[in-house]
Amino acid sequence: MNSVILSAATRILVSLMLVFSLFMLLRGHNEPGGGFIGGLLAATGYALYAIAHGAAAARRALRMDPRMIAMIGLGVALVAGLLAAVAGDAFLTGLWWFAGADGDSKGLPISTVLMFDIGVYLVVIGAVLTFVFALEEGD
Amino acid sequence: MTERANNGTDRPRPVRLSPASMGTVGLALLPAIAAALFLATLLPTIATGETVRLAVPWAPSMDVEFSFLIDGLSLTFGLLISVICIIILTYSSAYLAGHAHFNRFFLYLSLFMLGMLGLVLADNLITLFVFWEVTTITSYLLIGYDHASAKARRCALQALLVTGAGGLVLLAGFIMLGNAAGSYELSEILASGDLIRAHPHYGAILTLILVGAFTKSAQVPFHFWLPNAMAAPTPVSAFLHSATMVKAGIYLLARMHPVLSGTDAWIWTLTIFGAVTAIFASLVAIRQTDLKMMLAYTTVMALGTLTMFLGAEATVAVAAAVTFLIVHSLYKAALFLVVGNIDYSTGTREIGQLGGLARVMPITLFIATASALSMAGFPPFLGFIGKELKYEGALAIASEPVVVATTAVIASALMVGVAGIVALLPFYGKRTSTPKPPIEVPIRMWIGPLLLAVAGLAFGLAPALVADTLVQPAVASILGRPETVKLALWHGINVPLALSILTFSLGVAIYFGHWRLRKILAAIDARMISGDEVYDRCLHGLRWIAAFQTDWIQVGLLRRYIAVIFAVLALSVGATLVLRDAIALPDRWPDLALAEWGAAALVFAATIVVVISSSRLMAMTALGAVGVGVALLFLLFGAPDVAITQLLVESLVVILVAVVLLRLPHFSAVESARRWSRRRDAALALGTGTVVALVLLAVTQTPFDRSLTVFFEENSVPAAFGRNIVNVILVDFRALDTFGEIAVVAVAALAAYAVLKARPASGDGS
Repeated sequence: MNSVILSAATRILVSLMLVFSLFMLLRGHNEPGGGFIGGLLAATGYALYAIAHGAAAARRALRMDPRMIAMIGLGVALVAGLLAAVAGDAFLTGLWWFAGADGDSKGLPISTVLMFDIGVYLVVIGAVLTFVFALEEGD
Repeated sequence: MTERANNGTDRPRPVRLSPASMGTVGLALLPAIAAALFLATLLPTIATGETVRLAVPWAPSMDVEFSFLIDGLSLTFGLLISVICIIILTYSSAYLAGHAHFNRFFLYLSLFMLGMLGLVLADNLITLFVFWEVTTITSYLLIGYDHASAKARRCALQALLVTGAGGLVLLAGFIMLGNAAGSYELSEILASGDLIRAHPHYGAILTLILVGAFTKSAQVPFHFWLPNAMAAPTPVSAFLHSATMVKAGIYLLARMHPVLSGTDAWIWTLTIFGAVTAIFASLVAIRQTDLKMMLAYTTVMALGTLTMFLGAEATVAVAAAVTFLIVHSLYKAALFLVVGNIDYSTGTREIGQLGGLARVMPITLFIATASALSMAGFPPFLGFIGKELKYEGALAIASEPVVVATTAVIASALMVGVAGIVALLPFYGKRTSTPKPPIEVPIRMWIGPLLLAVAGLAFGLAPALVADTLVQPAVASILGRPETVKLALWHGINVPLALSILTFSLGVAIYFGHWRLRKILAAIDARMISGDEVYDRCLHGLRWIAAFQTDWIQVGLLRRYIAVIFAVLALSVGATLVLRDAIALPDRWPDLALAEWGAAALVFAATIVVVISSSRLMAMTALGAVGVGVALLFLLFGAPDVAITQLLVESLVVILVAVVLLRLPHFSAVESARRWSRRRDAALALGTGTVVALVLLAVTQTPFDRSLTVFFEENSVPAAFGRNIVNVILVDFRALDTFGEIAVVAVAALAAYAVLKARPASGDGS
């Protein structure tokens, strides 16, 4: 689609959407958001880019085949679930680690639950973009 | 004609193996040797009449065990399987040396052996069934080993379909048997024979199990797949389609003997099917000109004979079956390998093209002669004892001695003829020119069959070697009571001996008249409809039905599919609502705030636009607005996560559809201009919408169970360190569901990718 307005706006919009998608992903556990919503946002951003600049350019910007991203996401989620086995818990039990927690400060929470959510995020991006790019490229 | 890879060359292939190939063979031999040694150590225990049961807990919470039962019957089978497997593996390492798929073959064969061992040793019906299917599948892979050949593929599929269908029937029989007996453990079922025979489902159980056994063991009318299975490499035919797998049905009949036998249905079904199979197959065997096909039909004949004798109750008849089972495995495996040797050496298996090989292949000749003598039942081979026992057993059957004895004599006489053809014709007479100049085969190809042939002789000279250790315990387990069986070469002058002499005379006559006999049989054969043709017609019919119903249901028009889906939804749910009297309308208008009315009005207005719009882009955008209205409602009622997701999905759908839109024809081009089609669509939409609305109204009026909500509210922060309950449920409490969902999403994307990228070149895929 050859639209100057769209391609100019896209440059700013897409980067904003990607940052916002990460923000939504990370805050998801306590505020509205999460891996699914974040993934949809990021995918929408790239889909916009694909419409403005073509699927080939969007693929280059993504740097990796979206199918691969989906599979990596699935793998990350699987590993996040399997990590519980190391601790002797059931599959997908959440493990938490509060980095630098002392007294008052709760520290930085790091968890396999977040890792699982990142997996969801990647699967959603990969799956949606697989579909969008294939449609864009079809003739 | 021959299934080897290098048909083009006229010299035998190299027999030397690369280190990697040797490793493959060693790895394949390991389980076979281990199994043989393990079973051999149990021989003394089993000979005393004891049984051994091994069990590993499998799913202890469901009381399921991975259990194995070793008694005389399973030990006999287990030893035959593992020992012959060792021989076949050794043989194949030379026969298939240099084949492109050498490693694959050994993997399949080892898997098959493990499946077969599991089948005969299993104590649990379901375990037995699983191993039964393992042998079916590995047999499919082995028959289709030469997968570049269309014939091999067809024959492999045929064997799979016939035995696989039989397997399903068998599963049904097993389930009914397990329910009737109250246990799936064979060791318990075997003790409840009287209960089963008196059970109202006995007839169904018997029928189903017999169909399973008959398909596997190639009884007429299911026999046609076995000769076709000769498309497999010869060692496979020797192992699967002669010595072991086709005997799985026989094993099942023997195993079920204490539980199901003794009724008229059992006796007559087995006797009639066995007798017909035996006679039919031995006649067809004489009709063949390919040595391997000839042996294949004699195998069918042997299976028929075994079935016939297992129909009986008499000890000596069952002893005849067990002895014949052992004899047959020894000589038939050896003869198949002899044919493999001839084929390997000369490049042909047609008897018309073979002759005068005695000087070139002396060792193969010796094996062929010894095995053929055992097959023909000459003294002092074990085959003689087997044949005498058969006649004695036939005469001991109270109900139909004449039928069984006549069948046994005719079948045995024809076997004498076949034995002569296989062992004499290729080796004597004039040297003929063969596709390859004949040579003697390498040691790995004669050592195994030589052992088998010598065993046939040794067991004949010292029958006590097998009588006490294998035959007697096996007979005891088949009959379910302690038995004493004595085998001897010399029984004195009696009726069986007279029948033996009659058999030899007939057999010799058949051997000398086999050319003429073949012509007559070929003439008859040409007029008869074969099972193969019936199979083809059935398969053709199946394809026709598939094509018909696919044309009818899968029209390829998305709007037709959607119409069907919505119609089914509206009718089934609507009918349920009416029949269950579940329609519950609210008694007053809800008390809504202005914003909520606004959202509802947006949804309503956008819907109107969707319906009346003539532009697809406009309709699509309006549909997006409907989604936004719904998202607004979610937001107003305090579900921000759902609202955000809804908004994003709506945006994405609009983007996707916009991308696709450019390539679709205009509305008017696809939509029938006829008014009634618009009306039909309107009715469908209104009906579906009304039904869904009624369901929602009914659901919201039932009292809401808050226990789950309360649980999540209370546990979200302390147990999962998260305040956003929706997300905590998704990634923690119900993470397994989410994992399943993202797996589905990923697979769906891959599938969509495949569909979009791999459209036919003609471009008509819509």
